Amino acid sequence: MRDKKISFNNLEKFLYQPSVFMILTGAALAVLLIVPWLGLNSYLMNIVVKVAIYITLALGLNILVGYTGLVSLGQAGFVAVGAYATTILTKVYGWNFFTSLIVCVVLAAAVGIVIGLPSLRLTGTYLSIITLGFGEIIRTVIIVWEPLTNGPMGIRGIPRPALGGITFTMANSGMYYLSLLLMLLVMLFCRTLVRSKTGRALRAVKGDETAAVMMGINVTYYKVLAFVLAAVISALAGSLYSTQLGYIDQNTFTFDMSTIILSIVILGGMGTLRGMVIGSIILILLPELSRSLTDYRFVIYGLILILMMRFRPQGILGWKSRLPYPIRKTVIERISGPQNQTADDGETNHA
Amino acid sequence: MLLQQIMNGVTIGMTYALIAVGYSLVFGILRLVNFSHGSVYAFGANSILFLISLNIGIIPAILIGILLTGILGVLIDKTALEPLRKKSAEGITSLITTIGVSSVITNLLIARLGSQKKAFPALFPTGEIIVGSIKFTYTQIGMLVISLALLICLLLIVERTKIGLAMRASEQNITAAKLMGINVNFVISFTFFLGGMSAAIAGTLVSSYYNMAYPNMGYTAGLKAFAAAVLGGIGSLPGSLLGGLVVGISESFAATVLGSEFRDSMAFIILICVLIIRPNGFLGKKSIKKV
Amino acid sequence: MREPLLDIKDISISFGGISAVEDVSLNISKNEIVSLIGPNGAGKTTVFNILTGVYLPDSGEIYFKGERIDRKRPQTIVKKGISRTFQNIRLFKDMQVIENVLVGTHTRTHYSLFDSTFRTRKFRKEEDEKIYKAIEILKILGLENKKDEYAGDLPYGDQRKAEIARAIATGAELILLDEPAAGMNPQETDELLNCIRYIRSLGYTILLIEHDMRVVMNISDRIYVLDDGKLIAEGLPEAVANNPRVIKAYLGGELHVGN
Repeated sequence: MRDKKISFNNLEKFLYQPSVFMILTGAALAVLLIVPWLGLNSYLMNIVVKVAIYITLALGLNILVGYTGLVSLGQAGFVAVGAYATTILTKVYGWNFFTSLIVCVVLAAAVGIVIGLPSLRLTGTYLSIITLGFGEIIRTVIIVWEPLTNGPMGIRGIPRPALGGITFTMANSGMYYLSLLLMLLVMLFCRTLVRSKTGRALRAVKGDETAAVMMGINVTYYKVLAFVLAAVISALAGSLYSTQLGYIDQNTFTFDMSTIILSIVILGGMGTLRGMVIGSIILILLPELSRSLTDYRFVIYGLILILMMRFRPQGILGWKSRLPYPIRKTVIERISGPQNQTADDGETNHA
Repeated sequence: MLLQQIMNGVTIGMTYALIAVGYSLVFGILRLVNFSHGSVYAFGANSILFLISLNIGIIPAILIGILLTGILGVLIDKTALEPLRKKSAEGITSLITTIGVSSVITNLLIARLGSQKKAFPALFPTGEIIVGSIKFTYTQIGMLVISLALLICLLLIVERTKIGLAMRASEQNITAAKLMGINVNFVISFTFFLGGMSAAIAGTLVSSYYNMAYPNMGYTAGLKAFAAAVLGGIGSLPGSLLGGLVVGISESFAATVLGSEFRDSMAFIILICVLIIRPNGFLGKKSIKKV
Repeated sequence: MREPLLDIKDISISFGGISAVEDVSLNISKNEIVSLIGPNGAGKTTVFNILTGVYLPDSGEIYFKGERIDRKRPQTIVKKGISRTFQNIRLFKDMQVIENVLVGTHTRTHYSLFDSTFRTRKFRKEEDEKIYKAIEILKILGLENKKDEYAGDLPYGDQRKAEIARAIATGAELILLDEPAAGMNPQETDELLNCIRYIRSLGYTILLIEHDMRVVMNISDRIYVLDDGKLIAEGLPEAVANNPRVIKAYLGGELHVGN
């Protein structure tokens, strides 16, 4: 156990040296950009897009579970809000996909506030149950609000996003780049979030709510904010997901979907960004690749949750980073005087 | 018509109360929402259906099934939850573990038995008694009598027996109970056993009422029962009964007045309102915050 | 007499009919070190909880810098300039020491989520400023070399100090320390004493709950003694130590005064 920790930390130290980190990030980006030219068939490409979307979803939930310590069991509800908002606007009202995203964000934020408000009074399990109830109620709304959602019949033929005459399809890899872009933007957002007042406040709420209050943090505000951020991110991913699927109904957004997203966060390592990537790859890619497992897919998800909680609750890639807190050069110079500045220069952020 | 709706609601509400007892007892001692309880209920109904199909006779099949489900409850605790208690892990780990257990049980049932709905035999003779404008089917009467008898049994166990005393002591203060020489792990296992058995009985009654059983049946029923447990004040047995009846009656009304698609959401709407307005439920207690 | 920085007038609170604090009045002048002592269960921490807005007193008034604060929320009270540590350490264990201190600067950090997301000039300037300040505070407590450690991994004594650093970082003028020397060995306690004196020399005012009489007698300008929710004595350390009521309250035990 101990050795493993040390080796993780050495590896981390190596990886996050500014030069190594730049090279690796560059290489990763390059690989991601050329994926469409690797000659993957359309089935595999669909899975790759799905993985990117699930990474985004996990990043959203991670803000709640990983940073703020609130377990949401109703993420599928937020995904549904985004998916239906965009689908209805584009398909029924003929809006452009990208314009509809604005409405989608506003709507999701509003729903996030409503779902976050119970956190005024409720904590822990009770709050989780509320989110679960929300996920179910959204499905009822979909069924009942037939004039708008077409009820249990679902909506078919969802148009692909288009901008300035270009349609983003699977064939021209537009869908891939779009989902990649969203994923990267959300990742960047989360990275900056952690190293800011807001991110610290969220983590303080997770660490010790009472102490957070005593530090002057408006706990309710930050909990609701966490819900809003998670809702908006999930809804954006949901919009994209619906155009990928081309068909949605109330059964697209079940509790199973929420379970998968939660499993990704737990398996990968809550509170980390790298964990969301590895978690999605394992939980989305692997079952698709070995079709024989399909029957037992959710059994495996369940086992993963149980075993992880028992043996590695911090997740596969969850470990306490041993990197020094990133401090800009100017500050270091101010503290120690320019003559003896130490190794840590520039903005060596880490995820 | 009104009375008839109430009657239907009461019948189904009694079974929610039976499931709610499982949530309530476990929560009382462990402060844990046992998410896997709904799947335990589904396991009860489906295993009994499977046992019946083996032609060993309905009554033996039911009894064995109830016992098996009780044992399943104990197994869940022993394999998944007790190790976490030993590590004194955070509450969230146990919650997620029970979600995992639920997923495993439900999907194993689906993988072995198929996800389709299967016919469940009627346990009570067909026929009905008409009192005034209300129609009581024999099934409804049977369900009412059995549920009520069982709830009274459970109440007697908790209030009048030695193990019940140990349960209540553990509920008050688990550490103190341990220091007093109570085998807390045994008490917890016993609680899971009771919860599992009553869930299996509820599962049998409901399946026979609707004439069907299927692996996914535990999900909504479990959530409704949880709503009932919270509604009545989780940790309180009479509360479970009260909560179960409220959920049962209100969903019966929602289905008639608003349409059947509202049936399943009703419990959540009530639950959310209750949690926000009175988080401790009707019969729950309050606690003082310590710093 | 100087105008008091903090003025508590006759506060009382009871829980379920049992009175926990009864008609307690207490005042602190700027730059003083005042101790609040008393046997276990005397209501000392309850006083802290009322002061910081965790509990609302049933009656009485609290003035801080002439402004009434007894009906204010904890967040507001922190902003006004009162901050505290906890008897049972409440650090953010999974955050680095410097992050804990930065959390302390929360109420005085003004950039928005927009600023931090797009790394505006305002964000960078303010963040740099806070990091600088955080390290300065850690230097006061001798923790600057441990700034990157996780708070939960620190030795006990350092955790207590990190809590003090976090409290100072809020920009408070009045720091409430709840048993800062609990669980420390004599050497650590001495360090802590120096530390507290140094903090006072920087212009802070300190209200202290402490069991260790050596600490209390050594450092306090004045002492208040609480027993069973009521004030039974107040005054200079010498006088309090020789007060028969105080000695009786400590179960007839003797108070060990001096080094």
